[in-house]
Amino acid sequence: MDFLINILEQGLIFGIMVLGVFITYKLLNFPDLSVDGTFPLGASITASALVLGINPWIATIFAFIGGAIGGAITGFLHVKLKITNLLSGILVMTGIYSINLRIMGKANIALFQQKTIFSSGVGVLLTLGIFVLVIKIILDLFLKTKLGFLLNAIGDNPVLVSSLGLDVGKVKFLGLALSNGLVAMSGSIMAQYQGFSDVGMGTGVIVMGLASIIIGEMIFKRIPFVLTTTIVLFGSILYKAITAIALRMGLPATDLRLITAIIVVAILSIYGRGIPLLWKRKVKGGAPLVATTKHI
Amino acid sequence: MLRLQNISKTFNIGTINENNLFNNFSLTIREGDFVTIIGSNGAGKSSLLNIISGAMPQDNGNIFIKDRDVSLMEEYKRNKFIGRVFQNPALGTSPKMTLLENLAMAYNKGKKFNLTPGIQKKDIPYFKEVLSELSLGLEDRLDTKVGLLSGGQRQAVAILMATMTDPQILLLDEHTAALDPKTSDVILTLTEKIIREKGITTLMVTHNLKQAIEMGNRLIMLHRGEILLDCDGEEKAQLTMKKLLSYFEKANKDDLVSDQMLFSNIG
Repeated sequence: MDFLINILEQGLIFGIMVLGVFITYKLLNFPDLSVDGTFPLGASITASALVLGINPWIATIFAFIGGAIGGAITGFLHVKLKITNLLSGILVMTGIYSINLRIMGKANIALFQQKTIFSSGVGVLLTLGIFVLVIKIILDLFLKTKLGFLLNAIGDNPVLVSSLGLDVGKVKFLGLALSNGLVAMSGSIMAQYQGFSDVGMGTGVIVMGLASIIIGEMIFKRIPFVLTTTIVLFGSILYKAITAIALRMGLPATDLRLITAIIVVAILSIYGRGIPLLWKRKVKGGAPLVATTKHI
Repeated sequence: MLRLQNISKTFNIGTINENNLFNNFSLTIREGDFVTIIGSNGAGKSSLLNIISGAMPQDNGNIFIKDRDVSLMEEYKRNKFIGRVFQNPALGTSPKMTLLENLAMAYNKGKKFNLTPGIQKKDIPYFKEVLSELSLGLEDRLDTKVGLLSGGQRQAVAILMATMTDPQILLLDEHTAALDPKTSDVILTLTEKIIREKGITTLMVTHNLKQAIEMGNRLIMLHRGEILLDCDGEEKAQLTMKKLLSYFEKANKDDLVSDQMLFSNIG
């Protein structure tokens, strides 16, 4: 029983991160590696804030803001300085590592004495369940607004967004900030859940996020009328279940990242044809380049 | 309405592939003109549209739209008053969003994209009405993802979306070239109808001489960045395929390949 509850709890915490990755990977069509930096950034900010005695909910919001700034920097590098999307993310991820060390002042902070969002006495699973549900509903509502439509359209067809007289760069900027805000929030809650923040806890977050999205899509896509955000959350819980089972079967915890990588490779190779392979999405018609350079 | 003044454009400046296209190119389009633009490959038809829309910067010269100098204005800002339909139907719509969502976005062009609901229920009857005018049965498929529609249907939707908020200029870049002849005719009829009803100043690039003769009130033939023929009104009405071809032949006598390609394309 404890085993299942742990899976559910961790699945929900990572679910917030997966919702963030979903925004960049699925909506913006932007393989954003900065999440490997913004996840521990959220944890660092929260840990330092909690040590200072700041209210844990406010500390969680600080984490969101910090992550959003991180995402905005990725956006700035990509949109304004024209650095490729992959490299922009890697640069931010690398830079944030040092920032995290500066924020915490050391490589890790333990949070056993501090009050966290789980100290309210409501119960860990219930707190998480409500929290994640609220975030998911807000995101769903947001994606149905005019602004949300643009986030939806931009990965699909940036030419259309430009045709509407809007700056494609600004929309990307917004999406990246929102995404990394959620990822940092997930990191913040993870730190509060496990009782410590560690500068290395972000490694492989992007792969976990992608694994969750892909697993979710593979299993739940055929079910009609299910929102993608729901699919993605179920994917996150399922991913946690798969890794937990692998660990239960006797694999040491140090093999976790390897297991994740193998799971993703296995799923992609089996399911690769139906699903866009990592960041090479199927080309739908011509790229914008073709539209502006046609001479045949 | 639209004025191009002394536009110059050279591609690959300073390389062995340097290619001078426009040299002090000037053109004035009057309000309400429906101009068809023809010319062989490399004549500068698409480049002309790209320079007007801002997708391609000119090296020199000025562009005025309604006496406003837009020469240095970014593409997305110009798009606020320019409507554009591309050859590729995928570029005019968002394939993974529904028809309703696509139309709602287009209808909101020029207004704020804020946190109000993307779909306003009160607009749905209007969307159904404009869709039913297409006579493609799309008014009953508002919740279908646009990616599931055929190329012709998507192009029809793209035209609808590009003209929904009455742009000052409409740029059509061989927008029927990727469609089969029958669908192409449907789209052209629709294009003409919308342009006539709304009186939008339009530039239409086409490879099809018949279309160029039959449609619009003015015809421009480009050749290597220069205007070879510019006729309107009575003169355009009396144009025949034969006359146009003789112009082409004169211009292209040193360019047999494109001549042959042209002849094989006459439909």
